[in-house]
Amino acid sequence: MSVLVYTESENGKFKKNALEVASYAHAVAELLGTTVTAVAINASNEETLGHYGVSKVLTITDDKLTTFNAKAFAHCIVEAAKKEGAKVVVVSSSTDTKFLAPILAADLGAGYVPNIVAKPEGKNPFIVKRTAFSNKGFAHTQINTEIKVLGISNNAFGTVEHKMPLTIEAYSPALDEADFMVRSSEVDKVVGKATIADADIVVSAGRGLKGPENWGMIEALADVLGAATACSKPVSDLGWRPHGEHVGQTGKPVASNLYIAIGISGAIQHLAGVSSSKTKVVINNDPEAPFFKAADYGIVGDAFEIVPKLTEKLKEFKAQNA
Amino acid sequence: MKILVCLSNVPDTTSKINFTDGDTKFDANGVQFVINPNDEFGLTRAMWFKEKQGASVHVATVGDASVEPTMRKALAIGADEGIRVNTVPTDGFFVAQQLAEIVKKGGYDLIIAGRESIDYNGGMVPGLLATMLNMNFVNTCIGLEIEGDKVTALREIDGGKEKIATTLPLVIGGQKGLVEESDLRIPNMRGIMMSRQKQLNVIEPIAGIQATTDIKFDKPAPKGSVKLVETVAELVDLLHNEAKVI
Ligand SMILES: Cc1cc2nc3c(=O)[nH]c(=O)nc-3n(C[C@H](O)[C@H](O)[C@H](O)COP(=O)(O)OP(=O)(O)OC[C@H]3O[C@@H](n4cnc5c(N)ncnc54)[C@H](O)[C@@H]3O)c2cc1C
Ligand SMILES: Nc1ncnc2c1ncn2[C@@H]1O[C@H](COP(=O)(O)O)[C@@H](O)[C@H]1O
Repeated sequence: MSVLVYTESENGKFKKNALEVASYAHAVAELLGTTVTAVAINASNEETLGHYGVSKVLTITDDKLTTFNAKAFAHCIVEAAKKEGAKVVVVSSSTDTKFLAPILAADLGAGYVPNIVAKPEGKNPFIVKRTAFSNKGFAHTQINTEIKVLGISNNAFGTVEHKMPLTIEAYSPALDEADFMVRSSEVDKVVGKATIADADIVVSAGRGLKGPENWGMIEALADVLGAATACSKPVSDLGWRPHGEHVGQTGKPVASNLYIAIGISGAIQHLAGVSSSKTKVVINNDPEAPFFKAADYGIVGDAFEIVPKLTEKLKEFKAQNA
Repeated sequence: MKILVCLSNVPDTTSKINFTDGDTKFDANGVQFVINPNDEFGLTRAMWFKEKQGASVHVATVGDASVEPTMRKALAIGADEGIRVNTVPTDGFFVAQQLAEIVKKGGYDLIIAGRESIDYNGGMVPGLLATMLNMNFVNTCIGLEIEGDKVTALREIDGGKEKIATTLPLVIGGQKGLVEESDLRIPNMRGIMMSRQKQLNVIEPIAGIQATTDIKFDKPAPKGSVKLVETVAELVDLLHNEAKVI
């Protein structure tokens, strides 16, 4: 009857979102009067989960699962849910997890609600609050099925420490060939750089930068902050930056702690995708730019002058606070 | 190759979002509806398969008569035939069940849906559909090539891309990248005229499960006004001491 949580890892280490979904699962377990079981695939530091409210980890070690495979991973989670008699399965909002969650839901005959931002409002009926209309609204959604799959928005619930005695159990669900009909043949991924999905800070720039040759200063700023870089839609349409950096309603959503927008006007489609970031800073030479209305802090001025100065100041700050 | 493109009919991206009936319903009053942007990329890719590889392309929408202008637009862009399931879509699970029925009857090889609808942001219909039909599934698809029944797809992942090998029958959740922005088409006069002769079949829904129900909506609290600063030193100080984000 436990609450099951899928804790995602990369190169053997849990991602930050794993601790967040574990914390969320703990809150649900308290509401339902039960405990949390985590499923971990090829992860090695399971003990960490005991600090975030997990009582048991089913740990799956399998070479066939070294590269993410939505169907096979979903199959593992489904089997674990059945074994545990779980009625609630908690997952994150990473790109991989949003790939597997509907497979999971269909296999479990479960209602699935993505983009959840707060702990359940009630257990009977079971109601959760989620973002909708690309962050222009919230929906309070009731799940009608016996089994429920809950997708938690990045950075919305946060990590909450709860120390629990932890049992770690090796688990090997039977996988079959049908699980590997969709195969990864090549992964092309930037290593050692924060991604928009995981980063605490995102530095984003728009058409105000005039051309791709001017992105050096954006990368320098992102570097000091350990931030991911992003851009507005026209910038990726023009080929100045890769498509994967396009954020907004039709691009990637951003839910970072700090979002710095440089030379971006703040069109409604852009704002929709970034508004769940906690603190927003705007640097724009037009005091009338709509983005200022949606920002927490702003500097009116020329990006080419301000950004290098900001990078220098942050270097000093980091040196002092190191 | 028979392709089905699933079209969701959504408020234009510039729409102001309001709710009505005691905040229990989306207020469609004065809202312009369009083809979901993710589906528009998919539809355009389908046109490529039609023109270069002789595929036939059908479009399907679960929705009441109000979605027909959006479907007509897809026919004017070049889809051969439309199927509308005559009911108001309640949730992703229900929609996927209806679409699965169409796929079973129509014998499609490739189902192109979008990564998510920009209205309710479910991001689930293609994955549910693929699983219900036991078909292969690739989400956040940004590239698709098909030879015979062999598929090479590109998928966006956090921080990069992944090349995928699989086979038909296949469902994709597509998005920008499937085709370039500049490849998107606006229906021309000839297309519009021709679309009038094309079939838009209306079918009744099958009994399905509604897995979730939106009970109530609300809007984010209005934002306090921005703090404008003159110098980067002030900004760094505020980010550290007030916002506590660095
Ligand atoms: C269907 C649809 C979907 C869309 N989806 C998205 C989306 O997901 N994401 C997205 O971003 N957009 C999206 N858009 C596009 C959106 O409407 C805007 O066109 C876009 O966001 C504008 O990008 P921008 O702010 O970089 O460029 P602009 O609007 O050209 O703004 C440039 C800004 O830079 C400022 N600037 C100029 N020079 C300087 C300088 N030297 N220093 C400082 N500031 C300077 C200007 O004052 C201006 O505010 C979508 C549009 C449509 C129709
Ligand atoms: N009512 C609908 N009719 C047809 N297709 C739909 C409908 N709703 C969603 N879809 C398809 O499923 C994709 C993802 O939608 P969603 O899961 O609702 O975010 C959309 O991009 C469409 O391709």
